[in-house]
Amino acid sequence: MATETHDVAADVAHGAAEAAGHAAQSAGMPQLDFASFPNQIFWLLVTLALIWWVLTRIALPRISAVLADRQGTITGDLTAAEDYKLKAKDAEAAYERALADARTQAQKIVAGAKAEIQKDLAVATAHADAEIGARAAESEARINEVRAGALEAVENVAKVTAADIVAALGGKVDAKAVAAAVSARLKG
Amino acid sequence: MATEAEGTGLVFHPMDQFIVKPLFGEGPIHWYTPTNVTLWMGLTVLAIILVLVVGTRGRAVVPTRIQSIAELAYGFVHKMVEDVAGKDGLKYFPYIFTLFMFIVFANFLGLLPRAFTATSHIAVTGVLALMVFVSVTVLGFVKNGASFLGLFWVASAPLALRPVLALIEVISYFVRPVSHSIRLAGNMMAGHAVIKVFAGFAAIAVISPLSIAAITAMYGLEILVSFIQAYVFTILTCVYLKDALHPHH
Repeated sequence: MATETHDVAADVAHGAAEAAGHAAQSAGMPQLDFASFPNQIFWLLVTLALIWWVLTRIALPRISAVLADRQGTITGDLTAAEDYKLKAKDAEAAYERALADARTQAQKIVAGAKAEIQKDLAVATAHADAEIGARAAESEARINEVRAGALEAVENVAKVTAADIVAALGGKVDAKAVAAAVSARLKG
Repeated sequence: MATEAEGTGLVFHPMDQFIVKPLFGEGPIHWYTPTNVTLWMGLTVLAIILVLVVGTRGRAVVPTRIQSIAELAYGFVHKMVEDVAGKDGLKYFPYIFTLFMFIVFANFLGLLPRAFTATSHIAVTGVLALMVFVSVTVLGFVKNGASFLGLFWVASAPLALRPVLALIEVISYFVRPVSHSIRLAGNMMAGHAVIKVFAGFAAIAVISPLSIAAITAMYGLEILVSFIQAYVFTILTCVYLKDALHPHH
């Protein structure tokens, strides 16, 4: 390895020496070969003119148009988005308003219905009360009638029974006296 | 410039890649001769057309990949011109974009194996830099008249220092095209030559893994350098343009 490196170094040195010798006879770097200058300069000018022509005629207008177009699109989209946002806000407000309206409407309807029901209820209650009163009066009348009837029947039965008992005991039946006695007794 | 060391088969041709050769046959190179310069500059034009014209033919609002690259390049240079040279510099955007696209594509195409790198030649970068220098200087005088010379007169410095500073400013102004062109050509040439030297060492079996790793690393660096040098060239052009449009410090 060491010898090889040494060899390489020697070679390089040798090469450099030879290159220097070579350079002396071929006027050094190709960059300083003035014979090629007119050629290079001519073709450079042709190239630059071509590039400039292509750029100014086609590429630059096109690219700047595309960039402007994109800027326009972005601005347009942003404006549209702003528009939509406003619209959404409006819609939300309208919705809120409609909701509030509906709520008050509903409350009004509920109150109305309540009042109506209350009225109906009062009417029905009064009606029912009247009916109940009438029925109760009727029932009472009949009860009194029945009671009166029963009392009368009891009196009659008592009178007849008393007369029968008097007769059975051999007494003389004085209907009037018996009746008066029974009546007095029942009252007593 | 070929150097062959007998015995080991070690061959170094680090500068051969830069030789300008006729495309067809041998012979002297006239100014009109189609050479490898012609070929690779032509490929540069084709690549630019492919990306900026063919790639954008859809004119899509949501861009395709190539269209995004075209738009990125456009936006990159456009913003650079606007930021550095100001709004009134945008008038010269097509010229600056032409320079940038040519340099960046020539640099990248030069990285292809067996390619010829047009931007590694001082003749090419020198013409580019001189074009910038001359047009910017003319523009400065046309736009500002004699007051363009105010660029060299540092009004904020003490009066006694101003002549000295003016001299330095003038010298640095005229050195601009030199540094502008040699920076680009030198970077491109050095990187390519170094890769070639490493490639020469790969002929030795023991060293070749290291050599290949070094080539890979250099290649990655060169990709970076290709873009950065195009960027540097362009932004310096913008700076010079700014000086021409607004010469007062």
